Amino acid sequence: MSTEPRVEDLLRALAPQVLGVLVRRYGDFTAAEDAVQEALLAAATHWPDGGVPDNPRGWLIQAAVRKLTDQYRSDQARRRREDVAALREPPAGDVPDRDDTLVLLFLCCHPALTPASAVALTLRAVGGLTTAEIANAFLVPEATMAQRISRAKLKIKSSGEPFRMPGDAERAGRLRSVLHVLYLIFNEGYASSVGDDLQRTELAAEAIRLARLAHRMLPADGEVAGLLALMLLTDARRAARTNAEGGLVPLAEQDRRLWDRELIREGVALVTAAVARGTAGSMGEYQAQAAIAAAHDIALRVEDTDWPQILGLYGILERMTGNPMVSLNRAVAAAMVHGPRAGLDLLDAVADRLAGHYRLDAVRGHLLELAGETGAAVECYRAAAARTTSLPEQQYLTTQAARLHTGQSR
Amino acid sequence: MPKYMLLQNYEGGAGCDIPMTEWTPEDITAHIEFQHVLNRELVANGEFVEAQGLSGPELAKKVVSDGVAAPVVTDGPFPEAKELLAGYRVVDVESEARAIEIAAKISAAPGPGGVPIQAPVELRQIMGAPTIES
Repeated sequence: MSTEPRVEDLLRALAPQVLGVLVRRYGDFTAAEDAVQEALLAAATHWPDGGVPDNPRGWLIQAAVRKLTDQYRSDQARRRREDVAALREPPAGDVPDRDDTLVLLFLCCHPALTPASAVALTLRAVGGLTTAEIANAFLVPEATMAQRISRAKLKIKSSGEPFRMPGDAERAGRLRSVLHVLYLIFNEGYASSVGDDLQRTELAAEAIRLARLAHRMLPADGEVAGLLALMLLTDARRAARTNAEGGLVPLAEQDRRLWDRELIREGVALVTAAVARGTAGSMGEYQAQAAIAAAHDIALRVEDTDWPQILGLYGILERMTGNPMVSLNRAVAAAMVHGPRAGLDLLDAVADRLAGHYRLDAVRGHLLELAGETGAAVECYRAAAARTTSLPEQQYLTTQAARLHTGQSR
Repeated sequence: MPKYMLLQNYEGGAGCDIPMTEWTPEDITAHIEFQHVLNRELVANGEFVEAQGLSGPELAKKVVSDGVAAPVVTDGPFPEAKELLAGYRVVDVESEARAIEIAAKISAAPGPGGVPIQAPVELRQIMGAPTIES
């Protein structure tokens, strides 16, 4: 008999496979997704005590088909009789052994959906999480999350998207949507791993699991590998990222002995291989971010950090994305290589595009502090603290301002 | 998605200076029904987090303490009762623009004779997670 965590892992892995089978057979994603959820709940109730059946996938398919049939029967009045008749046939004994997890992932990350709905739907249909678990993770009532998911499914239905891999023409764009959704899930979990918010940190683990899945199915794709590497290399620092009081510890001050060397080794190997496989100039966004994370992670002491390499990578990333937030990070790297003045000059170049954003003030405060301009640094930290929408960051920035203001050293 | 708290106090809006106890029962019913419909709409949109009304100024208390002596407890109502919080909603939305849209609906709730009360609604973003460093 299996222990409970193994049952949960098994169910999550099987969830998209079973859903794929039902969608292939009945063509109704919306109803099939509900039926699979019910089958998963039934399995989660019975398997831990009654034991995992010999053919868990077949068990789930049968259970889900039964739920779907029941559902259609209760809707009978609204449906054509032949549909229902077709459903009465017993499920075929032979289920084709194909895995449609990737097709489902593309479907759930459909660009017609808002990022928040794609995230919720992906966690349920591909991740096998229950609505209650997703609602908990995003701190909203279950009824609200249920609506978000069902609206997302309606949107997919009305988009008329067929259940197959996107064609070559749109493949790259669709993959970008998938990676973005996985990144958002990771970010949601990792960013909120401050304090004891365990429900949400599980999201980071789930994002890594889904990224591993995508990487296994698309092993030659450099950006999928890059995203997985980025997640691993970021997650490796989790234990060092907060202090005992739950406050944020910036990268430069983290206790690097707490970093997870195993995750770092895996992440570095992934991104190195991905970059080596690519042609010159073909490095993708996630690979570049992962390469930057790797450069930080392999420095055993903060003073060993290869800042010239990081500065170069931010330059590549900046040209690739045109994202002013990347420019902020490049300014920090430039300050580390060429001194704080060089960093401040770069900030001036993006100041217009980021006017009023707390990150601009936070970075400027940091660089002014490095330049020895304490008074101006305090003003920037205060301005940043007043505008951030994150409590741990507000506390950090307020403490920075107070520390400089009272003349204390770090 | 960012979460916003939409706060209302007891200040009557530009469209309504009459306390609710002096409205007609039909107008009160219409006002309450409006709130229910709005909450249902927010749930249906997948945006609803919480909606609460607070008990009135008559029951309000203010507590001050130096952490040593017995706290000083003052019973309401207070002269500035109009500034007290009457209730709030929390919504989880795509953007600030959407939160403003919802706040506008709340402000335009029907008052006497169905005229929008135009009560001021305070919009505050709830602190969320920090961004990823890298």
